[in-house]
Amino acid sequence: MLDSAKTRPEQSRPRGGDLLRIDGLTMHFPITKGMFRRQVGTIRAVDGISFEIPRVQTLALVGESGCGKSTAGRTILRLYDPTGGRIVFDGTEITGMAGETLRRLRPRMQMIFQDPQACLNPRMTVGSIVAEPLAEHGVAKGRRRRDRVRELLNAVGLNPKFADRYPHEFSGGQRQRIGIARAIALNPDFIVCDEPIAALDVSIQAQVVNLLQDLQAQLGLTYLFISHDLSMVRHIADRVAVMYLGKLVELAPRRALYAAPLHPYTQALLSAIPIPEPEAERRRTRIILKGDVPSPANPPSGCRFRTRCPVAFDRCAVEEPAWRKRDGERWVACHRVE
Amino acid sequence: MNVSPQAQASAKATVLEVRDLRTIFRFRGGTLWAVNGVSFSLAAGELLGVVGESGSGKSVTMMSLMKLLPMPPAEIVSGSVRLGERELLGIDPKTMREVRGGEVGFIFQDTMTALNPVFTVGYQIMEPLRAHLGLSRKAARARAVELMALVGIPSPAERLDDYPHQFSGGMRQRVMIAIALSCDPKVLIADEPTTALDVTIQAQIVELVKSLRRELGMAIIWITHDLGVVAGLADRVLVMYGGLVVEHAPVDSLYARPQHPYTRALLETLPRADTEKAGRLKSIGGQPPNLLAPPQSCPFAPRCAYAFSRCHSENPPLFALGGGHDVACWWDIDQGAPRRDA
Repeated sequence: MLDSAKTRPEQSRPRGGDLLRIDGLTMHFPITKGMFRRQVGTIRAVDGISFEIPRVQTLALVGESGCGKSTAGRTILRLYDPTGGRIVFDGTEITGMAGETLRRLRPRMQMIFQDPQACLNPRMTVGSIVAEPLAEHGVAKGRRRRDRVRELLNAVGLNPKFADRYPHEFSGGQRQRIGIARAIALNPDFIVCDEPIAALDVSIQAQVVNLLQDLQAQLGLTYLFISHDLSMVRHIADRVAVMYLGKLVELAPRRALYAAPLHPYTQALLSAIPIPEPEAERRRTRIILKGDVPSPANPPSGCRFRTRCPVAFDRCAVEEPAWRKRDGERWVACHRVE
Repeated sequence: MNVSPQAQASAKATVLEVRDLRTIFRFRGGTLWAVNGVSFSLAAGELLGVVGESGSGKSVTMMSLMKLLPMPPAEIVSGSVRLGERELLGIDPKTMREVRGGEVGFIFQDTMTALNPVFTVGYQIMEPLRAHLGLSRKAARARAVELMALVGIPSPAERLDDYPHQFSGGMRQRVMIAIALSCDPKVLIADEPTTALDVTIQAQIVELVKSLRRELGMAIIWITHDLGVVAGLADRVLVMYGGLVVEHAPVDSLYARPQHPYTRALLETLPRADTEKAGRLKSIGGQPPNLLAPPQSCPFAPRCAYAFSRCHSENPPLFALGGGHDVACWWDIDQGAPRRDA
């Protein structure tokens, strides 16, 4: 259905294996001060994370605001220059790639943003928004481009007749569909979905999630799904990575993670989610974490979660827990899980 | 189970009674019918959850009660709001100011805009104490420290002279709760107080409100779009759609036997963290109504799986189903037939 104006023929897309591997990725931002912008500190937004995403799977990256999950997504797409670590996309290392080589790779890695209001140019029609990546990468011209735009709008469930309208004429859910059409325009392999449903109403969220899942099946897409909504993540993810203050604390297949979370932070996070059932809510025992997330400019020594951890002991303050593999598919970084 | 908190609450005195409230917004292009005849009551010590999506009229309803809307463009067309013995609609602005912050406290979603960035947190907590209760500066300061301790702000005496930006989001929400509670209000209106917060911080605030309720016993209206938060907190729930109350029930009854197709669809749509749902999520097709005309028919009819001819021509009133469960729907979802008494 989405065959015209392809960047590559479908057959060339290999199956199986990991599409993306990141290894010890760090993204530090300098804190500068004064007229000469002297560096006075470092925000350790992403501080050494490693994972891989197999083809046509969804890895959810979850955590609270400020934990670095969005920065991680943007760094993987090379919207930032990583300060350390490696990003390997489809067998090619892209960590230090620049200029035209990087530009030629861009069509294969796309992004869907949280705020569909802010990520669409209000002065461009929907048709030209969706056509822009096609023009930028010289994929289709004239009538073929217009046909491709119609095809894309159809694919995301929008009436192609609306191609001449402006973003403000659409509702939040429809605008998110426009953003999705733009993201799939160049037939990418990999999409970073950065909180794609957080700004939408409950009744619209399900529509957008279903669309993302349909497109994944139709087009063989691989997703990094960044979210703070653990209920939705349980529905959409194959594997889940939990992030806290720039570090991964746990990574596990979805079922295993929700059935028996190992890291105390994952346990607290899951127990904090309200359940839409009064009986179950009354019966539950909650782990209430004390305090707030510390600043990533000055993270605690040892384990970063120790200041809020209900089971922390002296070792946690001195020694940083290693990122260890457990029973095959699970990873966790905690001294209590040994 | 019948002697539940909500049953006890209904035996208590009514503190707030709202009848047929209608609020519109006039602007150049036309009129927006935001609230189209909302009625409810609130008993002493009760927690009423108000659930709805954006544009359902839940916030505008509560802002109308307290006349917090800019008028014009807003206009309260009709209705009555009784707080205790007093009618609030039509009273003079000076008396209204005494009610606001005195008898009724307000908590807003966005603490960064609700708190004044150029005054210290202490000043903002002391302000209502001095204005409404006439406390001296010294007494107000002492009370402010007590209030900050009450809402769980660590080392309150030292933090009194800090500015809002020096607090985290969760702590700012605690400050706002301290301000709202300062004059010992009868009613506390909380408008999406945890929406902007992370789940672990949301859990802290929810626990705080639960314990404050036990200690202080004020009635609370909790506005939210999150059916999960309401399930654990509320005694009764109002479900709003298109500026109308479409369902109203004790919390257990609402979740166990939702009677309105909208409520039912919402509960089915929600993914849950405690159970896995197979296959695709159920979704509600279409878009919420645009409210550019007063509702002549059921506002949910265009998206409703059960809609029949009558739904498109007549707006259903609230039918009482017994046990305090009311629904505005022509279709009897249990019988699978049009409602009999209609």
